[in-house]
Amino acid sequence: MAARTLFDKIWDDHVVETLPDGTSILYIDRHLVHEVTSPQAFEGLRLAGRKLRHPERTVAVVDHNVPTSDRSLPIEEADSRNQIETLERNVKEFGVPYFPLLSANQGIVHVVGPEQGISLPGMTIVCGDSHTSTHGALGSLAFGIGTSEVEHVMATQTILQRPAKNMRVNVEGTPGAGVSAKDIMLAIIGHIGTAGGTGHVIEFAGSAIRGLDMAGRMTICNMAIEAGARAGLVAPDETTFEYVRNRPFAPKGEGFEQAVAYWKTLASDEGAHFDREVTLRAEDIGPTLTWGTSPETVLAITDTVPDPAQEKDEAVKAQLQRMLDYMGLEAGQKIAGTPVDVVFIGSCTNSRIEDLRMAAQVAAGRKVAPGVRAMIVPGSGNVKRQAEEEGLDRIFLDAGFEWREAGCSMCLGMNPDRLTPGQRCASTSNRNFEGRQGPGGRTHLLSPAMAAAAAVTGCLTDVRELA
Amino acid sequence: MEKFVTLSAIAAALPQANIDTDKIIPARFLKTTQRTGLGKHAFDAMRYLPDGAENPDFVLNQQPWRKAEILITYDNLGCGSSREHAPWALLDFGIRCVIAPSFADIFFNNCFKNGILPIRLPREVCDELMGDAQMGSNARLTVDLPRQVVIRPNGEEVPFEIDAFRKHLLLEGLDDIGQTLKHEATITTYEKRQDRDKSWLPTIHFD
Repeated sequence: MAARTLFDKIWDDHVVETLPDGTSILYIDRHLVHEVTSPQAFEGLRLAGRKLRHPERTVAVVDHNVPTSDRSLPIEEADSRNQIETLERNVKEFGVPYFPLLSANQGIVHVVGPEQGISLPGMTIVCGDSHTSTHGALGSLAFGIGTSEVEHVMATQTILQRPAKNMRVNVEGTPGAGVSAKDIMLAIIGHIGTAGGTGHVIEFAGSAIRGLDMAGRMTICNMAIEAGARAGLVAPDETTFEYVRNRPFAPKGEGFEQAVAYWKTLASDEGAHFDREVTLRAEDIGPTLTWGTSPETVLAITDTVPDPAQEKDEAVKAQLQRMLDYMGLEAGQKIAGTPVDVVFIGSCTNSRIEDLRMAAQVAAGRKVAPGVRAMIVPGSGNVKRQAEEEGLDRIFLDAGFEWREAGCSMCLGMNPDRLTPGQRCASTSNRNFEGRQGPGGRTHLLSPAMAAAAAVTGCLTDVRELA
Repeated sequence: MEKFVTLSAIAAALPQANIDTDKIIPARFLKTTQRTGLGKHAFDAMRYLPDGAENPDFVLNQQPWRKAEILITYDNLGCGSSREHAPWALLDFGIRCVIAPSFADIFFNNCFKNGILPIRLPREVCDELMGDAQMGSNARLTVDLPRQVVIRPNGEEVPFEIDAFRKHLLLEGLDDIGQTLKHEATITTYEKRQDRDKSWLPTIHFD
């Protein structure tokens, strides 16, 4: 057989049938469901009199809408409450396993899946959320789908797809001080652009990627969608197997050994064909952040904001100017030193225990700057509990951070955690689109350590200066 | 799903790249449990001023483009979130066809599921069509799906590509779940093979 990539192998293993025009019916091993993109799909099943084919391969959780404040209180926003209650009725009616709001295991779907061993290497995993690419860190093919496709998976446990092209992004070398997975991924997106991966599945490889823990790999794959890729993945290795071992829903004993034997066969073959390949040196990447309203507008923290006058293409020039105006920045200004109003550490990109440890390291013994609101939102109830066992909550609370309950929170402005117009936020989330964190809000994407540095200094800061 | 065969309609030009799905429909409007009713929130931040009044500078607030059924943009239309609320909002507004040099993958798929035809055409061609769109109601574009051409007001025909299967579903207005369920026996066979070959693969049961 010809040399195949990791993506090719998972794809081939899940093709049920290929139709004459090249579209494949692709089998889905895991379907993750949340409250925002599922109600119309459940309703569609009901209207057509269809069953949910495999509730035991489906898991539901509430995350997007939920308040991250006191869970004993009722949810005040009526439409949010309605979406959550609708999900609760639907999972009961269709028999779907569900982590309710008050479960200790509740959290962001892309944190909960890997944490519980629900997402495993070699699987096909879908969810009605673009950041499903996160699960690719385990060496699975995981991608976001729309609600009609959610309904299709519910009814058939398959999806209709044509194969993606293969792209490999290699990051070689050893990252320097203050540089984590988030900085690496922002640098990658800055390099290839927000459409750089369109039509492709990106395999992340190279020594700097291999050297990342699973949380770091999840941060990388999470933002593959921000590079336009259909999915991102990393070949499963010993780091992966050790992570998966003993997770609640992972195979155990003999089954685990069989699974590992299979997972070891998945890595891309020597000489496998990639349609596009890009290599970055980790040493060239410093602490990185975005300045504009597209994730590709990245800068090193030591850089200055670009000048639209340097652009030749009129449409690009206008777009850059609009970004500057929206963000309240001047062409050519140093990005470091820009004051922030809010710091958000959380989201499916950066809310795992490893992320919180990086932030705590910077926050320890320091105080949140006057006038700055700084929030820590753990990715799941389990992350929160573990952080409390490690005393991270005390570090954050002593420094003046808010210590909140798990959820999507300020990543997307559809729950009470929102920016007000004009507020500037240093955020560990994944999108800096206009209005993403609340209408008129200004988002700078950066790492947990850089976010913590912004919190304690009150401005965008090179975290290396706090070492 | 409504069939898509031919469409002769007013086209609106939105000459921007990277129009993300948050721009098409901000997250705060995703709290609905319906597919309909989102049209009034389409392009909310561009379409309305902070006081809620219509922004007169925005093309879809101007005559005749308030009645546009075709939207032409630059690269990477629909990037960002997987929210199908984006095509739902466009459809509810009245858009049946979107034309751009490139699309984000999930948005592209989501359009087809709702009877919206996304057409990829080179940037230079999009520029020409945007020029046609400026002529407003004097210049309707015609999209002929069976023949796979966009017909400009001057009669010039611009061919476009589309997968045969997707074309078939659009022309017939077919629900693709029904199509897939015709292959149910094959799916069952696949599942039996998987149960045998990957017996370690856990299923999820909560007590």
